[in-house]
Amino acid sequence: MHRMLRCAVPLVSLAVALRAPAAEPKLSDGVVKIGVLTDMTGYYSDLAGPGSVLAAQMAVADFGGKMLGKPIQVISADHQLKADVASNIARKWFDQEQVDVIVDLVSSSTAGAVMPVAAEKKRITLLSGPGTTAFTGDKCTPYNVHWTYNNWALANGTGREVVKQGGDTWFFVTADYVFGRSLEEDTAKVVKAAGGKVLGYARHPSPGTTDFSSYLLQAQASGAKIIGLANAGGDTVNCIKQAAEFGVTPKQTLAGLLVFITDVNALGLDAAKGLYLTTAFYWDMNDETRKWSKRFFEKHKKMPTMVQAGVYSSILHYLKAVQAAGTDDADAVMAKMKATPVNDFFAKNATIGPDGLLRHDMYLAQVKAPSDSKYPWDYYKIVQTIPAAQAFPSVEQQKCPLAVKK
Amino acid sequence: MAQALAGQLLVGLINGSFYALLSLGLAIIFGLLNVVNFAHGAQYMMGAFAAWMGLTYLGISYWWALLLAPAAVGLLGVAVERLLLRRLYGLDNLYGLLLTFGLALVAEGLFHQAYGNSGNPYPVPELLRGGVRLGFMFLPLYRIWVVVVAIAVCGASWFVIERTALGAYLRAGTENPKLLQAFGVNVPLMFTITYGFGVALAAFAGVMAAPVYQVQPLMGSSIIIVVFAVVVIGGMGSILGSIVTGLGLGLVEGLTKYLYPEASSVVVFVVMAIVLLVRPAGLFGRER
Repeated sequence: MHRMLRCAVPLVSLAVALRAPAAEPKLSDGVVKIGVLTDMTGYYSDLAGPGSVLAAQMAVADFGGKMLGKPIQVISADHQLKADVASNIARKWFDQEQVDVIVDLVSSSTAGAVMPVAAEKKRITLLSGPGTTAFTGDKCTPYNVHWTYNNWALANGTGREVVKQGGDTWFFVTADYVFGRSLEEDTAKVVKAAGGKVLGYARHPSPGTTDFSSYLLQAQASGAKIIGLANAGGDTVNCIKQAAEFGVTPKQTLAGLLVFITDVNALGLDAAKGLYLTTAFYWDMNDETRKWSKRFFEKHKKMPTMVQAGVYSSILHYLKAVQAAGTDDADAVMAKMKATPVNDFFAKNATIGPDGLLRHDMYLAQVKAPSDSKYPWDYYKIVQTIPAAQAFPSVEQQKCPLAVKK
Repeated sequence: MAQALAGQLLVGLINGSFYALLSLGLAIIFGLLNVVNFAHGAQYMMGAFAAWMGLTYLGISYWWALLLAPAAVGLLGVAVERLLLRRLYGLDNLYGLLLTFGLALVAEGLFHQAYGNSGNPYPVPELLRGGVRLGFMFLPLYRIWVVVVAIAVCGASWFVIERTALGAYLRAGTENPKLLQAFGVNVPLMFTITYGFGVALAAFAGVMAAPVYQVQPLMGSSIIIVVFAVVVIGGMGSILGSIVTGLGLGLVEGLTKYLYPEASSVVVFVVMAIVLLVRPAGLFGRER
C-alpha cells in the first residue's frame, strides 16, 4: 500500500501537470495585443488612420478591456503607405512586442507585404483597408480575414448596376499600383460579362498626381459613356472635381469605384451629387449604426468610414473568438472565428469562408443633392442592398489554394 | 489624334504655369538669399488654406483672397526670416535647407492635425465658371485665367528684378552685400522683403490652385519636388530660367501623359538628369 502510494503521487502530479495548460486559459505573454497598422498622416489617413485606432480602442473598451483576466492592449504605427516599412514594423511587432493580430492595413501594397510575414509567424491579419481580391484568392493565407470590402465587391456593386442602367461603354482612370490595377481588372470583367465594352484606360502614378486633366481628356476623347475611377481618396476627389471643370460631366458619367464618406465630405455635395458608389457601411442606416457612429463622432468629429467601422467589427469578433477558444493561439482562434457568424451593427449573419473572406451585405448608394441633405453628414441614399452571396465572389470563384477540396 | 495632342499640350501649359509661379518664388529666394527654401510647398499649401479659411469662417471672396492670403502668409514668411533664417546666412546653405524643411513638416503636421487629409472644397468663383469650346477640347475659363495670371505675374517679377533700380539693388546685394551696404542701402531689410515676397508668391499660387486641386495639407509636398527639379533644370537662382523651364516642363509632362502616362511622374527627373550631365549649372544658370 505504502509502495503504491509512493508511486501514485508522482503519477498523479504528472498527470495534473500535463493537463494544466489545456484546462487553464492560455494567453501567450499574458496579454492580448492588437496592432493597428495604418496610414497615420498620408493620403488615406482620414479614411483609416487615427479613426481606425479609435475604432480599435472602442472595440476593446466595449469588450470590457480584459481578456480572461488579462489586459488587452492596442498599439498603432504609421506604415507611410510603404510596403517595406509595413513589413518591418510587422516583424518587429511579432518578434519583440508580442502583437497577436494586425488590423486595418489600408493600401494593398502594405497588406500584401504584411500577410506573408504574419503567416510565417502564425499571427493573424484582419484586413479592413485594402481592396485587392487576391488576398483571399491565390494570395490567401490561413491566418488572414479580409473584412470590409474587396475590389470584386466594388466592381460588381457599381459596375453591374451602371451597365444595367445603360452605361455600356467604359474608360478607366486607374491608380497605377496593385490596388488600382486589380480594381480596373475586376470591373472590366463585370462590365464585359454584363454586355458592356471597355474602350481604354489611362493609368496615373499614385500617390503624387494632383492634376488629372490629361487623363480626363483622354477619357473624354474615348467617347465612353462611363468613366470608371479605379483609384481612391484624394485621387478620386481631384478626378471628380476636375471632371466637372473640364466639362467631362454631365455628358459622360463618372462611376466612383471606391468612394469613402470622407471623400464626399471633402468634395461637397454640390460636386459629388448623383454619384453612385458601393459601400460596406453607412452610418445613417438604422438605429444600431447611428448609435455606434454617434459615439465615434463624439470623439473623432467625423463620421466613420466603412474601413473604420470594419476595424471595430473585426476586432470585436476576434476578441470573442479568443474568449471562446480560451487561447490566443492563432490556429484555434481562426477556427473559432470561421465557425462563428458575425452579428453586429456592421454585418448581420455574415460568415468567414475557408478562404478568409468575410461575406456580408454590401450597399449601393447614391450621393444626395444638397437640397435633399437635411443634417450634417446626411450624404447617402441607400439605393439597394446587395445580399452577401451576390456581393462577394464564392469560394469556388476565389480559387484560394487552402479552400480547394482535394 | 492631332486634336488629342493639342489638348494635352494645352493642359501641359496650364500645369506649367503653376510650376512657373512656384519655381519663380524659389528662384528669387535662392538667387538673392542663397537659401534653399524647402518650406515653399508648405507655404503654397498655407496660401490655399488661408483662402479656404477666409471663405469658410469670414466669407472673404476669392478675389480678396488673392490679395489677402499671400499678404498673410508673406508676413509669416517675414517673421520666419527675422527670427530664424537670418541667423543662418553666414553658414553653409545646408542649414537653411534643414530649417525650412523642418518648418514645412511642422506646418503640414499642424494642418493635418486640425483638418485631416481628405481636403476641403473650394468653389470656382462665379465669374470664372464655364469654359470655351475649342473644337479639340473644352477649355475651362478658370484654367485660362491661371495661365494669363501666371504669365503676368512672372513677367512683372522678371521686369522688376532685371530692369528696375530696385532690382539692380537686389542683384547687387546677391553679389556683394557688404559693398552695397557701404552705399547706404539697408541690406538686411531688403533680404527680409525678398523672402516675404517669395513666400507670398508661393501662397498666391496656392490660392490659384484652391478651386481646382484639393485643399489639403499634403498638396504642397506632392508638387514641390517637381518644382525643385524645375529650378535645378532652369539653373539655380535664374529667374528667367525658372519661368521658361516651368512652362517647358509642363509641356513635356503633358506629352508624356499622352504617350505613356505611367512615366509622367518620372519624366521631369529624367530631363533633370540629362540637363545636369550636359550643363551642370542648368539651362540658364551661370557657372560660378
